[in-house]
Amino acid sequence: MNWLTGTLWTSVGKKLLMAVTGLCFCIFLTLHLAGNLTLYAGKDAFDSYAAHLHALGPLVTVFEWGLLTFALIHVGTGLLLFYQNFRARPSRYAVNTAGGGRTLGSRTMPYTGVILVLFVIMHLLNFHFVDKTHTSIYQIVSSAFSKPGYVAVYMLAMVVAAVHVSHGFWSAFQTLGANHPKYTPFLRGLSLVFSVVVGIGFGFIPIYVSLLT
Amino acid sequence: MNQGIDITLKVWRQKGPGDKGGFEAYHAGNISTDMSFLEMIDVVNEQLTRDGKDPIAFDHDCREGICGMCGAVVNGRPHGPEKGTTLCQLHMRHFSSGDTLVIEPWRARAFPVIKDLVVDRSGFDQIIIAGGYISVNTGGAPDANAIPVAQEVAERAMDAAACIGCGACVAACPNASAMLFVGAKISQLALLPHGRPEAARRALAMVRKMDALCFGNCSNERECEAECPKEISIANIARMNREFFKAGLFSATR
Repeated sequence: MNWLTGTLWTSVGKKLLMAVTGLCFCIFLTLHLAGNLTLYAGKDAFDSYAAHLHALGPLVTVFEWGLLTFALIHVGTGLLLFYQNFRARPSRYAVNTAGGGRTLGSRTMPYTGVILVLFVIMHLLNFHFVDKTHTSIYQIVSSAFSKPGYVAVYMLAMVVAAVHVSHGFWSAFQTLGANHPKYTPFLRGLSLVFSVVVGIGFGFIPIYVSLLT
Repeated sequence: MNQGIDITLKVWRQKGPGDKGGFEAYHAGNISTDMSFLEMIDVVNEQLTRDGKDPIAFDHDCREGICGMCGAVVNGRPHGPEKGTTLCQLHMRHFSSGDTLVIEPWRARAFPVIKDLVVDRSGFDQIIIAGGYISVNTGGAPDANAIPVAQEVAERAMDAAACIGCGACVAACPNASAMLFVGAKISQLALLPHGRPEAARRALAMVRKMDALCFGNCSNERECEAECPKEISIANIARMNREFFKAGLFSATR
């Protein structure tokens, strides 16, 4: 295992861990969004989606543990990189001016990341670790979003997620070494489109549900 | 002759590596707009010397933008505000009378300040020593074109080889990462057939040395590419990543 850890535990290797786990989260976000959009088809469609998903049984459990492992790798490596990068410049500049490379997404990555971790914990407490024996998923969702506070927090969290993804998506490809004169501009564009889809796609669900109730 | 400009400088003065350091204000009066930035500092230093004060220490050598010795952060921008320019090739015509310029050294743990604006960039040399070369037996010159290299590939290698090792990428990087430098140095050899035999060993050794020197980690902010006086592309960082993964995960080299 020495050659493997010796590769992954370098600066470039840690970037690889961030990129692979980050891209998997992008795929997860897409699947999660596709499922959530069934809300727009009504209560029955959403509950039936949830029932079909949970009918996968042990597969769901495997996926959950996989996601948790990836989250621990992504967050742990991210925090370590943040600490190392902070230490790499002990005395800061008196004047900081961007040269034109940084974006809102890239300069806020560690902060949006930490906010998202807190959000995911809250989200799991709201919808995952709840007693579902007598209530349907739809009832849980609609009772949560009948509270304006939850609607606001969820919408803000989705803005943060969109900002995080706007840099993370194309950045992951760059880290994997996929930089190409033809495809990189497309990937950077796709990154912005994906972030808008995530922001609007997830962000409007709380409003929609709160308007229904 | 053009009327000179008057500017105020706030220069980082630090007596030595252990000194805390701080900013000192200087007045640079009647500066010709045809002067380079370094010539402007020369003028200030002449006055400081006449006044019996310690002149501002700064690195410089060729003063024609090819040696990579000069460099300071001017108002937060490595090598000043002009794109694709070293500090010695930055002319005072880009500034106006009344401007205040804050001049700082490259700031990174791996580039400790020696004095004022002079930093120790020997870390870059150590990275090159770790593997930034090819081993060739000396002897008769080989036939030209004995090894075919496509023009396009030769150009890309040359673009990477344009790196002068000034360290602006590290200075510009919000994380003080040296990956543009290392990416360029790995790429210039990885792209050519002559560099392939040692490619795996080189990628592993140079990246490990870069990490050991406590440079930061790249987070694809693209500030290095924006500030590089030779406008080296982050495509070279992606190539370094590819070379490193290939070497670390798929080659027999350890």
